[in-house]
Amino acid sequence: MSKEALERFTGHFKAQVIATHSDHGDDTAVVKRDRLVDMVTFLRDDPALAFELLSDVTAVDYLGVKEPRFEVVYHFYSVSKNHRLRIKVPLEEREPSLPSVVSLYKSALWMEREAFDLYGIVFEGHPDLRRILMYEEFEGHPLRKDYEMEHRQPRIPPRPGQSHL
Amino acid sequence: MADNQANLLQNEAAVTTVEAAEGFFRRLLNKNETVQEVVNWGRRWSFFQYPFVTACCGMEYMATAGPRYDYARFGAELPRFSPRQADLLMVVGTITHKQAPILRTVYEQMAEPKWVISFGVCASSGGFYRNYATVQGIDTIIPVDVYIPGCPPRPEAVLDAIMMLQDKVKQERRALLPVVK
Ligand code: SF4
Repeated sequence: MSKEALERFTGHFKAQVIATHSDHGDDTAVVKRDRLVDMVTFLRDDPALAFELLSDVTAVDYLGVKEPRFEVVYHFYSVSKNHRLRIKVPLEEREPSLPSVVSLYKSALWMEREAFDLYGIVFEGHPDLRRILMYEEFEGHPLRKDYEMEHRQPRIPPRPGQSHL
Repeated sequence: MADNQANLLQNEAAVTTVEAAEGFFRRLLNKNETVQEVVNWGRRWSFFQYPFVTACCGMEYMATAGPRYDYARFGAELPRFSPRQADLLMVVGTITHKQAPILRTVYEQMAEPKWVISFGVCASSGGFYRNYATVQGIDTIIPVDVYIPGCPPRPEAVLDAIMMLQDKVKQERRALLPVVK
């Protein structure tokens, strides 16, 4: 849909971009973690890109599929230009953290909390990085591929003779 | 026969109701009916439900409440939104472990006598959500009287469940006044 947007972005951050593709018409750039805030600021403020909307922040766990293990995925949409761009940031398992973009997009507030809750991705500089879906007592991050499938963390015990499994 | 009485007899529904009521009171007078049976009759025709609606099954719950299926015909007319005023807890939809303490509290807040209908496969067994988040059937945390299968169940199944619960209440022998232990 918007090869120009992708090319304009990669032209500005040559040293940061690891790879790009446009599979199924979805323009995607895989970038390094450092200078993420600069890149997102550029996406938002550059008049030719004008990505006013950060529509999704999520994560993927590629355990046993590829290295590095995690990828954080950002989806941007420009309302005025009607084009989209996807940014992926690979993260090592031993340090799954990257800068928060809440200061640039308010919508990141809950979506970053969700990625933290379910994948354990730490967003540095997030003003309120708490669990958002699971309860406070919950241990671990349930969408990680190494979370035990039958592991339950009930808040109340089952009735006598019953089991939570 | 007076005109208005004739009109009443032409109305079939009115005839049935009047006859049913007549038969009921005649048997009462003949002492063929025990007090317990009378009380059970009152209870099973006046369920006050508390709809604990959490998910998509709620749509079918509303369809059952609406005029086409209309469970008011079974006396289950009024949903109460305080558990203190309800005697039938309808658990409609997926219950997560996060909600489980809330559901149990609501159940405990209801006064005796009380019954529970588990509406849909999610409430009955967790349904296809066999995962870290979902309670695998609400009967692991509170007792259940009638289960309704289906994802979601059709309104006919819900009405069937209400009728099954009525049959169950009809058989009941429980203290008529609260017993203080
Ligand atoms: S049983 Fe089906 S329709 Fe009902 S709450 Fe579960 S998923 Fe939704």
